[in-house]
Amino acid sequence: MIPRYQKILFVVLVIASLAMGVVLWQLRERAHRRLVAGESSTPTTAPEVAPAEQATLVAANDADNSLLPQVHSLPLPADSGARARAVLGRLLDLYADPEAKHPVPGGAASVMQVFLLPASSDAQSKDALAQLAVVNLASSFAASHPAGLQTESLTIDSICATLRANLPHVAEVRFLVDGQTRATLAGHADLTRTYLTALAESAEGTKP
Amino acid sequence: MHWSKSAPAVLLGVAAVMTAAAQQAPPTPLPRFVVVVDAAHGGDDTGGKLGSGTLEKAANLAMSVRLRSLLGARGISVVTTRESDVAVDANRRAEIANRVNAGACLSLHATDSGSGIHLFASSLAPAQPARFPAWKTAQAAWVTRSLAFAGVLNSALDHAGIGVTLSRTALPGIDSMTCPALAVEIGPQRGEDNKIGSEPDDADYQARVAASLAAAIVQWRTEGRQP
Repeated sequence: MIPRYQKILFVVLVIASLAMGVVLWQLRERAHRRLVAGESSTPTTAPEVAPAEQATLVAANDADNSLLPQVHSLPLPADSGARARAVLGRLLDLYADPEAKHPVPGGAASVMQVFLLPASSDAQSKDALAQLAVVNLASSFAASHPAGLQTESLTIDSICATLRANLPHVAEVRFLVDGQTRATLAGHADLTRTYLTALAESAEGTKP
Repeated sequence: MHWSKSAPAVLLGVAAVMTAAAQQAPPTPLPRFVVVVDAAHGGDDTGGKLGSGTLEKAANLAMSVRLRSLLGARGISVVTTRESDVAVDANRRAEIANRVNAGACLSLHATDSGSGIHLFASSLAPAQPARFPAWKTAQAAWVTRSLAFAGVLNSALDHAGIGVTLSRTALPGIDSMTCPALAVEIGPQRGEDNKIGSEPDDADYQARVAASLAAAIVQWRTEGRQP
């Protein structure tokens, strides 16, 4: 025989549980409404197109092993990382042209991301705002890149010099392929080291 | 020990004989001049694929054999990093060059892009020789000599009518070498219309390049021994 006080206690606990469930449900609904209200997906504003600006692309030439600057007009975002990606994308678009002087398939899609981080203490001792650019390339770009010391070095040097020309605080560059470190670009150029943009810049305009 | 009265005279006599022997001894021979010829890639590391369909590792090995023969015929000792299609680690290549105290090292490559010969020296900044240099930057103390060596090769190849480009880049094996070291990449020979005349694995083209390289190394040996 169950005592009466236990029956009453049981009923009270069941009622309290149901009440708490209802309150919880209402709180959840309220939070959901607040979230949806803050993230309206209605296209109320037109997408912002970055204004076209002058960018310097340091383009490679296989015939005479040179790096020569070219000025192009292209939309450049305000964010430095996105800006670097846009500039490198245009550079690789030049190389993807069948008539390119440094032909490399892939184009702009080959630059997946460019991250800008504080540079090493060595670089910062020369420039307090010095940055390290980490360029994440697509594996398809590395796989289709022509193999050779010269052609791979020119690609690396032109990327470094282009970054330096458009983002003067970029002093160092490292490369990733699909987010991973990789020994070489296509069997020759070392991708495990940090490249100094000042060296690539000094190679700019060089001819034999 | 008991010394007799004649001991000083005996010691003086021995000293006189040793001095005379030293004066009559032949001059110390010059240190052996060894060239390291490094055929890049090998084994699973095939390198690039040339327009003729030949793998770069095979073209490099063929060039290495040619150069070794020409240098041997000129009385120069040659050490190769590989004699067959085997994989050799970049560090192992540097170890071989450093162990024989090489007078010069050439790392041979071949490519389908560009034209003529592409010479590469290490991009390390020149540094003073250190007693215990860091492995990855050991070449820094030799960069100046490597660039001088590149000048000699450039002249010889130019003299043979073969186009040359000079560059500096990061080269994992060469950056660890303690000798004048260069990477020599053989590109196709192109005509005025930019059409390929000779592929990098063409036997005649390779023979011309090897002859020029051998002549340059002979000159380098001569220049290196001048006071």
